[in-house]
Amino acid sequence: MSGQIEPSRGGSRSGESFLLKPVAYASALGREKRYAMVVDTRLCVACKACVLACKGENAVPDGYSRDWLVEEVRGWFPHLSAENRSERCNHCAKPPCVAACPTGASHVEDGGAVLVTHDKCTGCKACIASCPYDSRYPHPDGYVDKCTFCLHRVQAGKQPACVEVCPTFCLHFGNLNDPESEVSRLLRGRKSKVLHPETGCEPNVFFLT
Amino acid sequence: MNDAMLEVVHGRHNALIDPSLQVWGWEIPVYLFLGGLAAGVLILPALMELLSGAKARSMALRLAPWLSAALLSLGMCALFLDLSFKLHVYRFYLAFEATSPMSWGSWILLLVYPVAILLGLGGLTEGERARLLASAGRVRLTSLLMCLLGRADALRRPLLWAGVVVGAGLGIYTGILLGAMAARPQWNSAILGPLFLTSGMSTGAALLLLLGLDEHERHAVVRWDVGAIVAELVLIGVLLVGFATGDRTSQHAFWHLTSGPWAAPFWSLVVVTGLGVPLALEAVEIRRRLPLAMLTPVLVLIGGLSLRVVLMLSGQASSFREFP
Repeated sequence: MSGQIEPSRGGSRSGESFLLKPVAYASALGREKRYAMVVDTRLCVACKACVLACKGENAVPDGYSRDWLVEEVRGWFPHLSAENRSERCNHCAKPPCVAACPTGASHVEDGGAVLVTHDKCTGCKACIASCPYDSRYPHPDGYVDKCTFCLHRVQAGKQPACVEVCPTFCLHFGNLNDPESEVSRLLRGRKSKVLHPETGCEPNVFFLT
Repeated sequence: MNDAMLEVVHGRHNALIDPSLQVWGWEIPVYLFLGGLAAGVLILPALMELLSGAKARSMALRLAPWLSAALLSLGMCALFLDLSFKLHVYRFYLAFEATSPMSWGSWILLLVYPVAILLGLGGLTEGERARLLASAGRVRLTSLLMCLLGRADALRRPLLWAGVVVGAGLGIYTGILLGAMAARPQWNSAILGPLFLTSGMSTGAALLLLLGLDEHERHAVVRWDVGAIVAELVLIGVLLVGFATGDRTSQHAFWHLTSGPWAAPFWSLVVVTGLGVPLALEAVEIRRRLPLAMLTPVLVLIGGLSLRVVLMLSGQASSFREFP
Protein backbone atom coordinates (compact mmCIF):
# COMPACT_ATOMS: atom_id res chain seq x y z
CA MET A 1 0.00 0.00 0.00
CA SER A 2 3.06 2.18 0.63
CA GLY A 3 1.14 4.96 2.23
CA GLN A 4 -1.08 5.93 -0.69
CA ILE A 5 -4.59 6.53 0.59
CA GLU A 6 -7.15 5.36 -1.94
CA PRO A 7 -10.05 7.71 -1.28
CA SER A 8 -13.56 6.62 -2.04
CA ARG A 9 -14.74 7.57 -5.52
CA GLY A 10 -18.27 8.69 -4.77
CA GLY A 11 -19.29 12.32 -4.72
CA SER A 12 -20.18 12.28 -1.08
CA ARG A 13 -16.92 13.71 0.17
CA SER A 14 -17.31 17.31 1.12
CA GLY A 15 -14.28 18.54 -0.80
CA GLU A 16 -15.50 17.18 -4.12
CA SER A 17 -18.53 19.36 -4.69
CA PHE A 18 -17.94 23.03 -5.29
CA LEU A 19 -21.28 23.90 -3.72
CA LEU A 20 -20.37 22.04 -0.56
CA LYS A 21 -16.73 23.14 -0.40
CA PRO A 22 -17.26 26.24 1.81
CA VAL A 23 -19.57 24.16 3.97
CA ALA A 24 -16.81 21.57 4.27
CA TYR A 25 -14.39 24.13 5.68
CA ALA A 26 -16.97 25.61 8.02
CA SER A 27 -18.04 22.25 9.33
CA ALA A 28 -14.52 20.90 9.82
CA LEU A 29 -14.70 21.78 13.51
CA GLY A 30 -18.06 20.10 13.88
CA ARG A 31 -16.90 16.78 12.42
CA GLU A 32 -16.88 13.66 14.45
CA LYS A 33 -13.10 13.68 14.27
CA ARG A 34 -10.62 16.49 13.84
CA TYR A 35 -7.18 15.03 13.47
CA ALA A 36 -4.27 17.13 14.69
CA MET A 37 -0.60 16.72 15.39
CA VAL A 38 1.18 18.26 18.35
CA VAL A 39 4.96 18.71 18.25
CA ASP A 40 6.78 19.32 21.53
CA THR A 41 9.63 21.60 20.46
CA ARG A 42 11.25 21.21 23.90
CA LEU A 43 11.69 17.47 23.40
CA CYS A 44 12.60 17.38 19.70
CA VAL A 45 16.32 16.86 19.12
CA ALA A 46 16.10 17.09 15.30
CA CYS A 47 17.28 13.48 14.87
CA LYS A 48 15.25 13.17 11.62
CA ALA A 49 13.90 9.73 12.53
CA CYS A 50 10.44 11.06 11.57
CA VAL A 51 11.72 12.01 8.10
CA LEU A 52 13.20 8.55 7.49
CA ALA A 53 10.15 6.75 8.86
CA CYS A 54 7.90 8.73 6.51
CA LYS A 55 10.11 8.06 3.50
CA GLY A 56 10.03 4.33 4.20
CA GLU A 57 6.35 4.09 5.06
CA ASN A 58 5.11 6.19 2.15
CA ALA A 59 7.75 5.31 -0.46
CA VAL A 60 8.67 8.98 -0.82
CA PRO A 61 10.97 9.27 -3.87
CA ASP A 62 14.62 10.26 -3.62
CA GLY A 63 15.15 14.00 -3.44
CA TYR A 64 11.83 14.70 -1.74
CA SER A 65 10.38 14.55 1.74
CA ARG A 66 6.86 14.88 3.13
CA ASP A 67 8.14 15.98 6.55
CA TRP A 68 11.31 17.81 7.52
CA LEU A 69 13.19 19.47 10.36
CA VAL A 70 13.61 23.18 10.98
CA GLU A 71 16.11 24.38 13.57
CA GLU A 72 15.84 27.98 14.77
CA VAL A 73 18.46 29.64 16.96
CA ARG A 74 17.82 33.08 18.45
CA GLY A 75 19.82 35.52 20.59
CA TRP A 76 23.53 36.29 21.07
CA PHE A 77 26.10 33.83 22.39
CA PRO A 78 26.02 32.70 25.16
CA HIS A 79 22.39 33.83 25.57
CA LEU A 80 20.89 31.56 22.95
CA SER A 81 17.60 29.76 22.62
CA ALA A 82 16.95 27.00 20.12
CA GLU A 83 13.77 25.51 18.77
CA ASN A 84 13.58 22.27 16.79
CA ARG A 85 10.44 21.65 14.80
CA SER A 86 9.37 18.56 12.91
CA GLU A 87 7.19 20.10 10.16
CA ARG A 88 4.81 18.70 7.57
CA CYS A 89 1.57 19.66 5.82
CA ASN A 90 -0.56 21.52 8.36
CA HIS A 91 -3.82 19.90 7.16
CA CYS A 92 -5.42 23.32 7.46
CA ALA A 93 -9.09 23.74 8.37
CA LYS A 94 -9.28 26.29 5.53
CA PRO A 95 -6.90 24.76 2.98
CA PRO A 96 -6.03 27.15 0.12
CA CYS A 97 -4.67 24.19 -1.87
CA VAL A 98 -8.14 22.59 -1.95
CA ALA A 99 -9.69 25.91 -3.02
CA ALA A 100 -7.12 26.33 -5.82
CA CYS A 101 -7.42 22.80 -7.24
CA PRO A 102 -9.29 22.93 -10.58
CA THR A 103 -10.24 19.26 -10.69
CA GLY A 104 -11.20 18.39 -7.11
CA ALA A 105 -8.12 16.16 -6.75
CA SER A 106 -7.12 18.02 -3.59
CA HIS A 107 -9.84 17.42 -1.05
CA VAL A 108 -10.65 17.27 2.64
CA GLU A 109 -10.82 13.67 3.83
CA ASP A 110 -12.57 12.38 6.95
CA GLY A 111 -11.05 13.83 10.08
CA GLY A 112 -10.00 16.99 8.23
CA ALA A 113 -6.92 15.47 6.59
CA VAL A 114 -6.09 17.15 3.27
CA LEU A 115 -5.33 14.58 0.57
CA VAL A 116 -4.71 14.37 -3.18
CA THR A 117 -6.56 11.85 -5.37
CA HIS A 118 -3.78 10.87 -7.78
CA ASP A 119 -6.22 9.82 -10.51
CA LYS A 120 -7.73 13.29 -10.64
CA CYS A 121 -4.49 15.30 -10.45
CA THR A 122 -3.31 16.98 -13.68
CA GLY A 123 -0.03 18.24 -12.24
CA CYS A 124 -1.02 21.85 -12.85
CA LYS A 125 0.75 22.76 -9.60
CA ALA A 126 -1.78 25.44 -8.57
CA CYS A 127 -2.02 23.76 -5.16
CA ILE A 128 1.76 23.91 -4.71
CA ALA A 129 1.83 27.63 -5.50
CA SER A 130 -1.12 28.33 -3.19
CA CYS A 131 0.34 26.56 -0.12
CA PRO A 132 1.93 29.15 2.21
CA TYR A 133 3.98 26.39 3.85
CA ASP A 134 5.34 24.90 0.60
CA SER A 135 4.34 21.50 1.96
CA ARG A 136 3.59 19.89 -1.39
CA TYR A 137 5.89 18.73 -4.16
CA PRO A 138 5.50 17.41 -7.71
CA HIS A 139 5.98 13.62 -7.56
CA PRO A 140 8.19 12.24 -10.37
CA ASP A 141 5.16 10.17 -11.51
CA GLY A 142 3.32 13.41 -12.38
CA TYR A 143 0.85 13.96 -9.57
CA VAL A 144 1.28 16.28 -6.61
CA ASP A 145 2.23 14.56 -3.35
CA LYS A 146 2.13 15.51 0.32
CA CYS A 147 1.75 14.27 3.91
CA THR A 148 -1.45 12.27 4.43
CA PHE A 149 -1.25 12.15 8.23
CA CYS A 150 -0.63 8.43 7.41
CA LEU A 151 -4.39 8.04 7.23
CA HIS A 152 -3.99 4.45 5.98
CA ARG A 153 -2.33 3.64 9.32
CA VAL A 154 -4.70 5.78 11.37
CA GLN A 155 -7.73 4.06 9.86
CA ALA A 156 -6.14 0.74 10.85
CA GLY A 157 -5.89 1.93 14.45
CA LYS A 158 -2.18 2.80 14.32
CA GLN A 159 -0.27 6.04 14.78
CA PRO A 160 1.33 7.89 11.82
CA ALA A 161 4.79 6.49 11.01
CA CYS A 162 6.61 9.62 12.18
CA VAL A 163 4.83 9.54 15.54
CA GLU A 164 5.48 5.83 15.93
CA VAL A 165 9.26 6.09 15.60
CA CYS A 166 9.96 9.35 17.44
CA PRO A 167 12.58 8.39 20.08
CA THR A 168 11.90 11.43 22.30
CA PHE A 169 8.10 11.11 22.12
CA CYS A 170 7.83 14.70 20.97
CA LEU A 171 5.23 13.91 18.30
CA HIS A 172 1.59 13.34 19.26
CA PHE A 173 -1.36 12.59 17.00
CA GLY A 174 -5.04 12.40 17.83
CA ASN A 175 -8.55 13.75 17.64
CA LEU A 176 -8.98 17.33 18.82
CA ASN A 177 -12.74 16.91 19.05
CA ASP A 178 -12.19 14.41 21.85
CA PRO A 179 -11.43 16.47 24.97
CA GLU A 180 -9.75 13.45 26.61
CA SER A 181 -7.36 12.76 23.73
CA GLU A 182 -3.65 13.28 24.32
CA VAL A 183 -3.47 16.14 21.82
CA SER A 184 -6.39 17.94 23.47
CA ARG A 185 -4.85 17.59 26.92
CA LEU A 186 -1.44 18.78 25.71
CA LEU A 187 -2.92 21.85 24.04
CA ARG A 188 -4.96 22.66 27.14
CA GLY A 189 -2.00 22.36 29.48
CA ARG A 190 0.85 23.91 27.49
CA LYS A 191 1.46 27.06 25.49
CA SER A 192 1.35 26.34 21.79
CA LYS A 193 1.57 28.03 18.42
CA VAL A 194 0.83 27.32 14.79
CA LEU A 195 2.99 28.43 11.87
CA HIS A 196 2.05 31.69 10.20
CA PRO A 197 -1.42 32.15 11.70
CA GLU A 198 -1.69 35.35 9.63
CA THR A 199 -2.41 33.23 6.55
CA GLY A 200 -5.85 32.45 7.99
CA CYS A 201 -5.54 28.80 6.98
CA GLU A 202 -6.13 27.53 10.54
CA PRO A 203 -3.44 24.82 10.65
CA ASN A 204 -3.98 21.57 12.55
CA VAL A 205 -0.32 21.01 13.38
CA PHE A 206 0.54 22.67 16.70
CA PHE A 207 3.91 23.34 18.27
CA LEU A 208 4.34 23.31 22.06
CA THR A 209 6.75 26.07 23.03
CA MET B 1 16.95 40.16 22.91
CA ASN B 2 15.21 37.44 20.97
CA ASP B 3 15.36 39.65 17.89
CA ALA B 4 19.10 40.09 18.19
CA MET B 5 19.94 37.20 15.89
CA LEU B 6 17.99 34.53 14.16
CA GLU B 7 19.47 31.58 12.35
CA VAL B 8 17.15 29.15 10.61
CA VAL B 9 18.40 25.82 9.32
CA HIS B 10 15.80 24.35 6.99
CA GLY B 11 16.05 20.61 6.54
CA ARG B 12 13.84 20.31 3.48
CA HIS B 13 15.37 20.19 0.00
CA ASN B 14 12.50 19.23 -2.29
CA ALA B 15 13.33 19.78 -5.96
CA LEU B 16 11.49 22.75 -7.52
CA ILE B 17 10.27 23.78 -4.05
CA ASP B 18 13.46 24.67 -2.16
CA PRO B 19 15.14 27.06 -1.64
CA SER B 20 12.41 28.95 -3.47
CA LEU B 21 9.48 27.84 -5.59
CA GLN B 22 10.28 27.08 -9.26
CA VAL B 23 7.37 24.84 -10.19
CA TRP B 24 6.19 27.07 -13.03
CA GLY B 25 8.70 27.65 -15.83
CA TRP B 26 8.56 29.60 -19.10
CA GLU B 27 5.27 27.97 -20.13
CA ILE B 28 3.06 29.90 -17.70
CA PRO B 29 4.19 33.49 -18.45
CA VAL B 30 4.05 32.67 -22.18
CA TYR B 31 0.51 31.32 -21.73
CA LEU B 32 -0.53 34.36 -19.69
CA PHE B 33 0.93 36.64 -22.38
CA LEU B 34 -0.77 34.81 -25.26
CA GLY B 35 -4.04 34.62 -23.31
CA GLY B 36 -3.98 38.38 -22.71
CA LEU B 37 -3.05 38.96 -26.36
CA ALA B 38 -5.96 36.75 -27.50
CA ALA B 39 -8.31 38.71 -25.23
CA GLY B 40 -7.12 42.05 -26.59
CA VAL B 41 -7.35 40.92 -30.21
CA LEU B 42 -10.91 39.69 -29.57
CA ILE B 43 -12.14 42.73 -27.60
CA LEU B 44 -10.67 45.61 -29.57
CA PRO B 45 -12.17 44.97 -33.05
CA ALA B 46 -15.50 44.04 -31.43
CA LEU B 47 -15.60 47.29 -29.45
CA MET B 48 -14.61 49.33 -32.51
CA GLU B 49 -17.41 47.79 -34.57
CA LEU B 50 -19.94 48.26 -31.76
CA LEU B 51 -19.00 51.91 -31.36
CA SER B 52 -18.75 52.79 -35.06
CA GLY B 53 -21.57 50.56 -36.26
CA ALA B 54 -19.55 49.63 -39.35
CA LYS B 55 -17.65 46.47 -40.12
CA ALA B 56 -13.86 46.61 -40.27
CA ARG B 57 -12.25 47.37 -43.60
CA SER B 58 -8.74 46.04 -43.15
CA MET B 59 -8.03 42.34 -43.36
CA ALA B 60 -6.26 42.38 -39.97
CA LEU B 61 -9.35 43.61 -38.13
CA ARG B 62 -11.77 41.41 -40.08
CA LEU B 63 -9.78 38.28 -39.37
CA ALA B 64 -8.83 39.27 -35.79
CA PRO B 65 -11.20 36.71 -34.14
CA TRP B 66 -9.42 33.88 -36.04
CA LEU B 67 -6.10 35.29 -34.87
CA SER B 68 -7.44 35.38 -31.30
CA ALA B 69 -8.40 31.69 -31.45
CA ALA B 70 -5.00 30.80 -32.94
CA LEU B 71 -3.11 32.72 -30.24
CA LEU B 72 -5.19 31.07 -27.54
CA SER B 73 -4.51 27.63 -29.00
CA LEU B 74 -0.80 28.40 -28.94
CA GLY B 75 -1.12 29.50 -25.32
CA MET B 76 -3.02 26.33 -24.43
CA CYS B 77 -0.18 24.31 -25.97
CA ALA B 78 2.21 26.05 -23.57
CA LEU B 79 -0.18 25.33 -20.71
CA PHE B 80 -0.35 21.67 -21.73
CA LEU B 81 3.45 21.46 -21.77
CA ASP B 82 3.47 22.70 -18.17
CA LEU B 83 1.24 19.91 -16.86
CA SER B 84 3.27 17.23 -15.16
CA PHE B 85 0.45 14.67 -15.57
CA LYS B 86 -0.40 15.38 -19.22
CA LEU B 87 -2.61 12.31 -19.72
CA HIS B 88 -4.98 13.71 -17.11
CA VAL B 89 -5.60 16.99 -18.97
CA TYR B 90 -9.23 15.94 -19.59
CA ARG B 91 -9.82 16.14 -15.84
CA PHE B 92 -10.17 19.94 -16.18
CA TYR B 93 -13.44 19.34 -18.04
CA LEU B 94 -14.92 16.74 -15.71
CA ALA B 95 -15.26 19.26 -12.88
CA PHE B 96 -16.12 22.84 -12.18
CA GLU B 97 -14.58 24.11 -8.96
CA ALA B 98 -16.03 27.54 -8.14
CA THR B 99 -13.20 28.43 -5.75
CA SER B 100 -10.47 27.68 -8.28
CA PRO B 101 -9.54 30.46 -10.75
CA MET B 102 -7.85 27.79 -12.89
CA SER B 103 -11.15 25.91 -13.18
CA TRP B 104 -12.95 29.11 -14.22
CA GLY B 105 -10.18 29.74 -16.73
CA SER B 106 -10.35 26.32 -18.31
CA TRP B 107 -14.08 26.75 -18.95
CA ILE B 108 -13.66 30.37 -20.17
CA LEU B 109 -11.08 29.09 -22.68
CA LEU B 110 -13.74 26.80 -24.12
CA LEU B 111 -16.23 29.69 -24.41
CA VAL B 112 -13.79 31.78 -26.45
CA TYR B 113 -13.70 29.39 -29.40
CA PRO B 114 -17.38 29.40 -30.52
CA VAL B 115 -17.60 33.18 -30.05
CA ALA B 116 -14.36 33.78 -31.97
CA ILE B 117 -15.34 31.40 -34.79
CA LEU B 118 -18.79 32.97 -35.27
CA LEU B 119 -17.32 36.49 -35.11
CA GLY B 120 -14.66 35.44 -37.59
CA LEU B 121 -17.23 33.96 -40.01
CA GLY B 122 -19.33 37.13 -39.76
CA GLY B 123 -16.31 39.22 -40.72
CA LEU B 124 -15.60 37.35 -43.98
CA THR B 125 -16.15 39.10 -47.34
CA GLU B 126 -18.42 37.60 -50.01
CA GLY B 127 -15.40 36.33 -51.94
CA GLU B 128 -13.90 34.70 -48.88
CA ARG B 129 -17.23 33.08 -48.04
CA ALA B 130 -17.54 31.66 -51.54
CA ARG B 131 -14.05 30.16 -51.34
CA LEU B 132 -14.75 28.75 -47.86
CA LEU B 133 -18.07 27.24 -49.03
CA ALA B 134 -16.33 25.63 -51.97
CA SER B 135 -13.76 24.08 -49.61
CA ALA B 136 -16.52 22.96 -47.24
CA GLY B 137 -18.35 21.36 -50.15
CA ARG B 138 -15.45 19.03 -50.73
CA VAL B 139 -15.89 17.59 -47.21
CA ARG B 140 -19.71 17.78 -47.33
CA LEU B 141 -19.99 20.49 -44.68
CA THR B 142 -21.72 23.10 -46.87
CA SER B 143 -25.04 23.03 -45.01
CA LEU B 144 -23.36 23.33 -41.62
CA LEU B 145 -21.23 26.24 -42.83
CA MET B 146 -24.26 27.94 -44.42
CA CYS B 147 -26.09 27.60 -41.13
CA LEU B 148 -23.15 29.03 -39.16
CA LEU B 149 -22.72 31.94 -41.60
CA GLY B 150 -26.44 32.70 -41.30
CA ARG B 151 -26.26 32.71 -37.51
CA ALA B 152 -23.04 34.76 -37.53
CA ASP B 153 -24.75 37.48 -39.60
CA ALA B 154 -28.09 37.41 -37.81
CA LEU B 155 -26.54 37.53 -34.34
CA ARG B 156 -23.70 39.89 -35.22
CA ARG B 157 -24.39 42.46 -32.50
CA PRO B 158 -24.97 40.00 -29.60
CA LEU B 159 -21.87 38.13 -30.77
CA LEU B 160 -19.82 41.33 -30.65
CA TRP B 161 -20.94 41.88 -27.07
CA ALA B 162 -20.21 38.24 -26.29
CA GLY B 163 -16.70 38.76 -27.70
CA VAL B 164 -16.17 41.74 -25.38
CA VAL B 165 -17.49 39.87 -22.31
CA VAL B 166 -15.69 36.58 -22.94
CA GLY B 167 -12.49 38.44 -23.89
CA ALA B 168 -12.67 40.51 -20.69
CA GLY B 169 -13.24 37.31 -18.69
CA LEU B 170 -10.20 35.73 -20.33
CA GLY B 171 -8.00 38.78 -19.74
CA ILE B 172 -9.04 39.26 -16.11
CA TYR B 173 -8.82 35.58 -15.20
CA THR B 174 -5.15 35.39 -16.24
CA GLY B 175 -4.44 37.99 -13.53
CA ILE B 176 -6.77 36.55 -10.90
CA LEU B 177 -5.08 33.16 -11.38
CA LEU B 178 -2.00 34.65 -9.71
CA GLY B 179 -3.69 37.35 -7.62
CA ALA B 180 -5.83 34.87 -5.69
CA MET B 181 -2.81 33.17 -4.12
CA ALA B 182 -2.33 34.54 -0.62
CA ALA B 183 0.69 32.25 -0.23
CA ARG B 184 2.69 34.44 -2.63
CA PRO B 185 2.71 38.03 -1.33
CA GLN B 186 4.06 39.27 -4.67
CA TRP B 187 0.91 38.08 -6.46
CA ASN B 188 -1.69 38.55 -3.78
CA SER B 189 -3.43 41.66 -5.16
CA ALA B 190 -6.83 42.09 -6.79
CA ILE B 191 -5.20 44.67 -9.08
CA LEU B 192 -3.53 41.89 -11.07
CA GLY B 193 -6.83 41.02 -12.81
CA PRO B 194 -7.51 44.47 -14.33
CA LEU B 195 -3.76 45.00 -14.86
CA PHE B 196 -3.44 41.88 -17.01
CA LEU B 197 -6.63 42.80 -18.88
CA THR B 198 -5.39 46.30 -19.79
CA SER B 199 -2.00 44.87 -20.68
CA GLY B 200 -3.77 42.35 -22.93
CA MET B 201 -5.74 45.19 -24.57
CA SER B 202 -2.51 47.12 -25.14
CA THR B 203 -0.56 44.17 -26.56
CA GLY B 204 -3.60 43.20 -28.68
CA ALA B 205 -3.68 46.72 -30.15
CA ALA B 206 0.07 46.52 -30.78
CA LEU B 207 -0.23 43.23 -32.66
CA LEU B 208 -3.05 44.60 -34.84
CA LEU B 209 -0.94 47.69 -35.62
CA LEU B 210 1.93 45.44 -36.70
CA LEU B 211 -0.34 43.49 -39.04
CA GLY B 212 -1.38 46.61 -40.92
CA LEU B 213 -4.58 48.62 -40.64
CA ASP B 214 -6.03 51.32 -42.85
CA GLU B 215 -5.42 54.97 -41.95
CA HIS B 216 -8.66 55.54 -40.05
CA GLU B 217 -8.46 52.28 -38.10
CA ARG B 218 -4.82 52.87 -37.25
CA HIS B 219 -5.57 56.23 -35.65
CA ALA B 220 -8.37 54.67 -33.60
CA VAL B 221 -6.23 51.72 -32.45
CA VAL B 222 -3.31 53.99 -31.51
CA ARG B 223 -5.69 56.07 -29.37
CA TRP B 224 -7.02 52.90 -27.75
CA ASP B 225 -3.45 51.85 -27.04
CA VAL B 226 -2.59 55.20 -25.44
CA GLY B 227 -5.61 54.81 -23.15
CA ALA B 228 -4.64 51.22 -22.27
CA ILE B 229 -1.02 52.17 -21.52
CA VAL B 230 -2.10 55.08 -19.29
CA ALA B 231 -4.55 52.77 -17.47
CA GLU B 232 -1.80 50.17 -17.08
CA LEU B 233 0.60 52.73 -15.58
CA VAL B 234 -2.09 53.85 -13.14
CA LEU B 235 -2.83 50.23 -12.15
CA ILE B 236 0.88 49.50 -11.63
CA GLY B 237 1.03 52.59 -9.41
CA VAL B 238 -1.99 51.39 -7.41
CA LEU B 239 -0.46 47.90 -7.15
CA LEU B 240 2.75 49.35 -5.70
CA VAL B 241 0.83 51.62 -3.29
CA GLY B 242 -1.11 48.55 -2.11
CA PHE B 243 2.13 46.66 -1.50
CA ALA B 244 3.87 49.61 0.20
CA THR B 245 0.99 50.18 2.63
CA GLY B 246 0.28 46.51 3.40
CA ASP B 247 1.64 44.16 6.06
CA ARG B 248 5.32 43.15 6.23
CA THR B 249 4.95 40.53 3.50
CA SER B 250 3.41 43.12 1.16
CA GLN B 251 6.11 45.64 2.04
CA HIS B 252 8.68 42.98 1.15
CA ALA B 253 6.91 42.52 -2.19
CA PHE B 254 7.14 46.29 -2.74
CA TRP B 255 10.87 46.20 -2.02
CA HIS B 256 11.30 43.16 -4.30
CA LEU B 257 9.91 45.07 -7.28
CA THR B 258 11.09 48.60 -6.66
CA SER B 259 14.64 48.29 -5.38
CA GLY B 260 15.26 44.60 -4.72
CA PRO B 261 16.37 41.74 -6.97
CA TRP B 262 13.55 42.26 -9.51
CA ALA B 263 13.81 46.05 -9.72
CA ALA B 264 16.13 46.15 -12.75
CA PRO B 265 13.95 44.07 -15.14
CA PHE B 266 10.76 45.61 -13.72
CA TRP B 267 11.75 49.23 -14.25
CA SER B 268 13.79 48.77 -17.43
CA LEU B 269 11.71 46.22 -19.37
CA VAL B 270 8.18 46.63 -18.02
CA VAL B 271 7.85 50.31 -17.08
CA VAL B 272 10.32 52.13 -19.37
CA THR B 273 10.61 49.90 -22.46
CA GLY B 274 7.10 48.46 -22.42
CA LEU B 275 5.06 51.45 -21.26
CA GLY B 276 6.95 54.76 -20.97
CA VAL B 277 8.73 54.83 -24.34
CA PRO B 278 5.73 53.53 -26.39
CA LEU B 279 3.45 56.05 -24.67
CA ALA B 280 5.81 58.91 -25.52
CA LEU B 281 6.19 57.71 -29.13
CA GLU B 282 2.44 57.30 -29.63
CA ALA B 283 1.75 60.72 -28.08
CA VAL B 284 4.19 62.33 -30.50
CA GLU B 285 2.71 60.39 -33.43
CA ILE B 286 -0.81 61.54 -32.59
CA ARG B 287 0.15 65.16 -31.95
CA ARG B 288 2.43 65.55 -34.98
CA ARG B 289 0.35 63.28 -37.23
CA LEU B 290 3.45 61.26 -38.01
CA PRO B 291 3.35 57.82 -39.64
CA LEU B 292 3.49 55.05 -37.03
CA ALA B 293 6.93 53.68 -36.23
CA MET B 294 6.94 49.87 -36.19
CA LEU B 295 9.18 50.09 -33.13
CA THR B 296 6.29 51.24 -30.92
CA PRO B 297 4.09 48.10 -31.07
CA VAL B 298 7.18 45.88 -30.83
CA LEU B 299 8.13 47.61 -27.57
CA VAL B 300 4.56 47.20 -26.25
CA LEU B 301 4.69 43.45 -26.98
CA ILE B 302 8.11 43.14 -25.28
CA GLY B 303 6.69 45.01 -22.27
CA GLY B 304 3.61 42.76 -22.07
CA LEU B 305 5.68 39.59 -22.06
CA SER B 306 8.17 41.10 -19.60
CA LEU B 307 5.35 42.00 -17.18
CA ARG B 308 4.26 38.35 -17.00
CA VAL B 309 7.80 36.97 -16.80
CA VAL B 310 8.90 39.39 -14.05
CA LEU B 311 5.74 38.87 -11.98
CA MET B 312 5.85 35.09 -12.44
CA LEU B 313 9.49 34.76 -11.36
CA SER B 314 9.36 37.31 -8.54
CA GLY B 315 6.06 35.90 -7.26
CA GLN B 316 7.40 32.38 -7.01
CA ALA B 317 10.42 33.71 -5.13
CA SER B 318 8.18 35.46 -2.58
CA SER B 319 7.05 33.30 0.30
CA PHE B 320 6.10 33.33 3.96
CA ARG B 321 9.32 31.41 4.55
CA GLU B 322 11.12 34.75 4.33
CA PHE B 323 9.39 35.72 7.59
CA PRO B 324 10.20 33.04 10.21
